[in-house]
Amino acid sequence: MRAYVPVLLLLGFVIANAVLIIGISHLTMRARPTPVKSSAYESGIPALGDARERFSVKFYMVAMLFIIFDIETVFMIPWGVYYRQLSCAVPLLASGVCPPGNISFFGLGEMLIFMAALLVGLIYVWKKGALQWD
Amino acid sequence: MTGGDIIEAVVKSLIIIVALLTAFAYMTLYERRILGRMQLRSGPNRVGPAGLLQPVADGVKLAFKQAITPRGVDKPLYLLAPAISVVTALSAFAVIPVGPTYNIFGRAIPFHLADFNVGLLFVLAMGSLGAYGIVLAGYASNNKYSLLGGLRAAAQLISYELALGLSLVGILMISGSLSLTAIVEGQARGLWYILVQPLAFVIYLISAIAETNRAPFDLVEAEQELVGGYHTEYTGLRFALFFMAEYINMVTVSALAATLFLGGWHGPFDLLSGPWWLLAKIILILTLYVVLRATLPRLRYDQLMRLGWHWLLPLALLNVVLTAIGITLLQ
Amino acid sequence: MFLFLLLAVVAVAASIAMITARNSIHSALFLVVDFFCLAVLYLTLNAEFLAAVQIVVYAGAIMVLFLFVITLLNPGNEETDDRLRGQRPLAVALGLALLVEVALLLRTQAIRDRLGDFPPATSFFEQVQTRINGTPTAPIGNVQAIGIELFTTYVLPFEVVSIVLLLAVIGAVVLAKRQLR
Repeated sequence: MRAYVPVLLLLGFVIANAVLIIGISHLTMRARPTPVKSSAYESGIPALGDARERFSVKFYMVAMLFIIFDIETVFMIPWGVYYRQLSCAVPLLASGVCPPGNISFFGLGEMLIFMAALLVGLIYVWKKGALQWD
Repeated sequence: MTGGDIIEAVVKSLIIIVALLTAFAYMTLYERRILGRMQLRSGPNRVGPAGLLQPVADGVKLAFKQAITPRGVDKPLYLLAPAISVVTALSAFAVIPVGPTYNIFGRAIPFHLADFNVGLLFVLAMGSLGAYGIVLAGYASNNKYSLLGGLRAAAQLISYELALGLSLVGILMISGSLSLTAIVEGQARGLWYILVQPLAFVIYLISAIAETNRAPFDLVEAEQELVGGYHTEYTGLRFALFFMAEYINMVTVSALAATLFLGGWHGPFDLLSGPWWLLAKIILILTLYVVLRATLPRLRYDQLMRLGWHWLLPLALLNVVLTAIGITLLQ
Repeated sequence: MFLFLLLAVVAVAASIAMITARNSIHSALFLVVDFFCLAVLYLTLNAEFLAAVQIVVYAGAIMVLFLFVITLLNPGNEETDDRLRGQRPLAVALGLALLVEVALLLRTQAIRDRLGDFPPATSFFEQVQTRINGTPTAPIGNVQAIGIELFTTYVLPFEVVSIVLLLAVIGAVVLAKRQLR
């Protein structure tokens, strides 16, 4: 926990900085609104209807796929950090090297199975055209 | 935690903030000067010697602009959005080591704000939180272009974040740690990781440019598309905050590239001491950014998404598998 | 303890704000605040990897999906009238009943004994460290400890997760298919 105190401090300063700049913007920037000036800017054409309309479902697909592959990345991080030991059938030597003749494909194999399932997913999405934007 | 530690952390935090804000200001000038040179003109050179006071002039100008808040905005979110952008951008730098431990005033001071087990994940977490600023800006503005721009920008951000995150898995397989200090030390003992992970470096660089919405991936905030995207309805200092976040993000991803692939604050000769080596590498990558902007045409949105999902993501996975095979066979 | 109380108060306040907010985007943001409190709570338990994952996955990915869905569907401000008649008083009554129940349970000695046994996350890492290094204090990181457990002891659940994720992908495509065509 102690290692994180400086980061929390920095976070505090950074938030104070953002609040300060927005505060300054309130002091220095004058608002002189007119009805036309404060309408939404749509290249000079009067805005029609409400801006908050419904949008393409593709954005939802992207976010959904992002979650799934993000979780995969999160799984790969401890795997990667521990990979040297996973690729060795016996405990590593103190120097972090595997004793000769003891390599193991266990670590690689388990990740390949994991990846294969997700690659099937990616190819499925691809073939269904869910990531086609044209 | 003693009083000395607290003072040290406060001083370092303030140095980081001031340094990043200065880097932001002069990066805008540096970029405009190089763009000018590449287009056979001189760029801003009137304010101060060689235009060195141009960023100050820009800041003053932005501060005294008219505040235009369009009708129908969600006021709290409208102000929160640029704040989120700049806060996530500034805090990501916390874990990047800028130099070795120096003895200053009789105190051993390590040149990083914090070094912890999950340092790399912290940078990624801050990067993914940046999406909030963009989506909220688009939503709060009550403008169709802003909302569509915000959604597009966020979709781009999350798409390239996958490739970016996966390209780093190879590095932590070699280093066996998520601590950036350990990664720098690992490179000082052996080869720079750009030599063992060239594919990962290319993927990282492309994704990093896309993550920061820079040319040629800048269509979500280009004037010719959606009149500027998510920050269409922002003026003055509030707009400056988005601008600030973008440039600070550029500095951070460049610093991360230098730290992870180019040996961090170590250099081949003792020409420069730690922090200066890192600075030199950051400037090199930032120059690449500007040169790319001046030379490459912008991608269309479908090309952008296809590059991210159909090329970079599978390649990043391939890189992980290749690294795993390499480590297994070379043990 | 002070930190825990502070975080608990903020988390509970954010949760209440989340369910009472009229605007669904505001609700989503209060939920993010909640996730942050949870992440810092994990940090106080020395579960730093979990804290980072909490922010990367929940705040960074899942809530972004929520924001997307909210902006895509644009439900607008919720209607104020109760859909089910008498829903609100009933909810308050049931909530209070649950609170009283929990308070009563906490006074039971048997339950308190069990809670006292609940190990903090540090002890999990120490166990793994002891098994690998022979001593609980040897320098082995949080991430390594999770790697060791996940990829040796719990390989099967790990592989099953990939199938679950695959099903999620297929489900998302099937649900959205009509609009995609």
